Amino acid sequence: MSSGSRLDAYVERYAARTRGMTASEIRALFAVASRPEVVSLAGGMPNISGLALDAVADTIHDLVLERGTVAMQYGSGQGDPTLREQICEVMRLEGIAAHPDDVVVTVGSQQALDLVTRIFCDPGDVVLAEAPSYVGALGTFRAFQAEVVHVAMDSDGLVPDNLRAALAAVRAAGRRAKFLYTIPNHHNPAGVTLSRDRREEILAIAAEADLLVLEDNPYGLLGFDEAPLPALRALREDGVIYLGSFSKTFAPGFRVGWVLAPHAVREKLVLAQESATLCPPAFSQMAISAYLAGHDWQGQIKDFREMYRQRRDAMLAALADLMPEGTGWTRPSGGFYVWLELPEGLDAKAMLPRAVTNRVAYVPGTAFYADGLGSRFMRLSYCYPTPERIREGVRRLAQVLETELELHATFGETSGLGPAHEEQPGLTAPGPETS
Amino acid sequence: MSQMGELGRVMVLAGGLSHERDVSLRSGRRVAEALREAGVEVEQRDADADLLAELRADPPSVVLPVLHGSSGEDGSIRELLELVGVPYVGSRPGPSRLAWDKPTAKTLARRAGLDSPEEVVLPEETFRDLGAADLLEAVRARLGLPLVVKPARGGSALGCSVVHTAEQLPAAMVGCFAYGDLALLERHVSGVEVAVTVLDTGDGPWALPAVEIVPDGGVYDYACRYTAGMTEFFVPARLDTDLAARVGSAAVTVHRELGLRDLSRTDAIITPEGSVQFLEVNVAPGLTETSLLPQALEAAGLDAGAVFADLLRLALQRAATEYRPDSVSL
Repeated sequence: MSSGSRLDAYVERYAARTRGMTASEIRALFAVASRPEVVSLAGGMPNISGLALDAVADTIHDLVLERGTVAMQYGSGQGDPTLREQICEVMRLEGIAAHPDDVVVTVGSQQALDLVTRIFCDPGDVVLAEAPSYVGALGTFRAFQAEVVHVAMDSDGLVPDNLRAALAAVRAAGRRAKFLYTIPNHHNPAGVTLSRDRREEILAIAAEADLLVLEDNPYGLLGFDEAPLPALRALREDGVIYLGSFSKTFAPGFRVGWVLAPHAVREKLVLAQESATLCPPAFSQMAISAYLAGHDWQGQIKDFREMYRQRRDAMLAALADLMPEGTGWTRPSGGFYVWLELPEGLDAKAMLPRAVTNRVAYVPGTAFYADGLGSRFMRLSYCYPTPERIREGVRRLAQVLETELELHATFGETSGLGPAHEEQPGLTAPGPETS
Repeated sequence: MSQMGELGRVMVLAGGLSHERDVSLRSGRRVAEALREAGVEVEQRDADADLLAELRADPPSVVLPVLHGSSGEDGSIRELLELVGVPYVGSRPGPSRLAWDKPTAKTLARRAGLDSPEEVVLPEETFRDLGAADLLEAVRARLGLPLVVKPARGGSALGCSVVHTAEQLPAAMVGCFAYGDLALLERHVSGVEVAVTVLDTGDGPWALPAVEIVPDGGVYDYACRYTAGMTEFFVPARLDTDLAARVGSAAVTVHRELGLRDLSRTDAIITPEGSVQFLEVNVAPGLTETSLLPQALEAAGLDAGAVFADLLRLALQRAATEYRPDSVSL
């Protein structure tokens, strides 16, 4: 008699946290989205075609020739001291006064998320996060087996009353939230920004509840219309851990982000960083440091802002012109994303294969909820395609919606598709104004 | 093998724009590697807008299409290869179309004396024109529950669901139609799930040992297919000698009946009563790390690189023969 094989000799040995790590149809469909025939409104790839590559090349050339033996050596676990000083200069643009000693450089802000979760969360701990929230953060929280409790937003960002209610519910369950994870500026995926007044209120609620705030701010300098609002960390020094990144303001390939944290937390983060990577890459840090020192990086960010603004405008115009009735979306004032609400009964995840067949891709809303909600929503990115391609992508998407509406009209009344996809009260995604 | 040089430059075509692009890329990489290990010069290439021009300007000696899903299995890429006169491994366009269309393949299998679960095949348009509620009720009355909903054309279980209650049926239909406009609703048959690879390297088609599939949770869905560890395989399948022979014979019968060439993989369920129920046949079976065909080759003591090299050689030998119409007529 033959014996069975699972084609994985280690199947009995994996940690419990790997249980959700399986092949997925959705991820497979994104393989098609990478083809040029498809207009991908899915990925959040920064458009770095406007970078002065010759100047960057000169900088790196000089770095290797003049300081190569240092740049290619191990570095400090906390990060390059010069870069940490420059990071403080960058944060000053959003009102943050910080000391370089309190900055820990990380491998992108994604690693900062990992380190912060690593030092704060035991399995089963509660983390509060906006509804919807950044998919990469949810993945990190899941990896550490933390339980995410979502807090609803509206067009002005996180709703203070909903935060109070979520805190009360967690307390009533005899538990304590370890921190609130929030993206106040040009939210990924929702495209909304936390209003100035609410910043104070959210911080006051957090202070009263002794709730730590994890502020993730990759898009703060990419606002189109106004000067940046003060960061939460600018309004309150204690109780806020701040995550920053050069991925959107310069280039993601260097993988350089950072954490700004109170002293005691920073000590633990450095130790966690040393156990994770020994040190962030010295080469990337020194390259970015040299870029910041030798180039008009603020002028470059201004150019990026203008480019992204044109793309945002193209997407909003196309949505207004082409989307069927009953579709709604947010109007971002910066960043990369529009959050789109489908007509009642439609399911963004279920219709993705049809969209891919029609050569357009997006990210279904369910990716941005830890609890399976969000099927009626999708994230559209306008950062990468040209304005013309964005319009074409929206045109194709509108065709898909029209077909799905017909299908829903055919099957909807018997399927319970509408009611089944209603969001739970208090957990609705931001309420976009319908066009 | 000393004759590898005779194969010239081999092109493995993988990728494409179907929903199974990712699977195809993985299949392509794996078979290309196996061929290289067997000493064959291999170029892996995506099927894109420049392909036709490249095939004309700088044709490879022979092509191994590993494109899954539409264009790869519906005959179109093979049609293109015939148009430009480049030899290739695998079934010709007409038989590929017969296999790609599951209802047609089921009909032909039955014509050859095999059993297949009862089905109802309906396009999206019919539901739109006639209304869904009564139609679904009629389908449910005919096939009973549970039943299986799947796109009539497609692979990797994309868009497939097992429906246990009437309430689940409309959502399953919507999920199915997202992958294609023709739905195959099939009576659910319980039993041992097997896949049988048929190989013909020039001496006539023969069946490799059946692979028995035991997925976690009971449904061989996309995650179970492509996540190592989520499915238990038994090769050869735990069947008695007679049943193993009948399953192999059924797969060879399908291969012959549809006029398939070189290799195919037939999926079937064996009921507790010992009935072999044909489900579908694939002309471009998956070749990934978790796919069924490589397991069958290994169980038969065959080296994947050597087998595909043999098939490439066979394709080159055929190249001299003249075009002949597909041998199967409906």
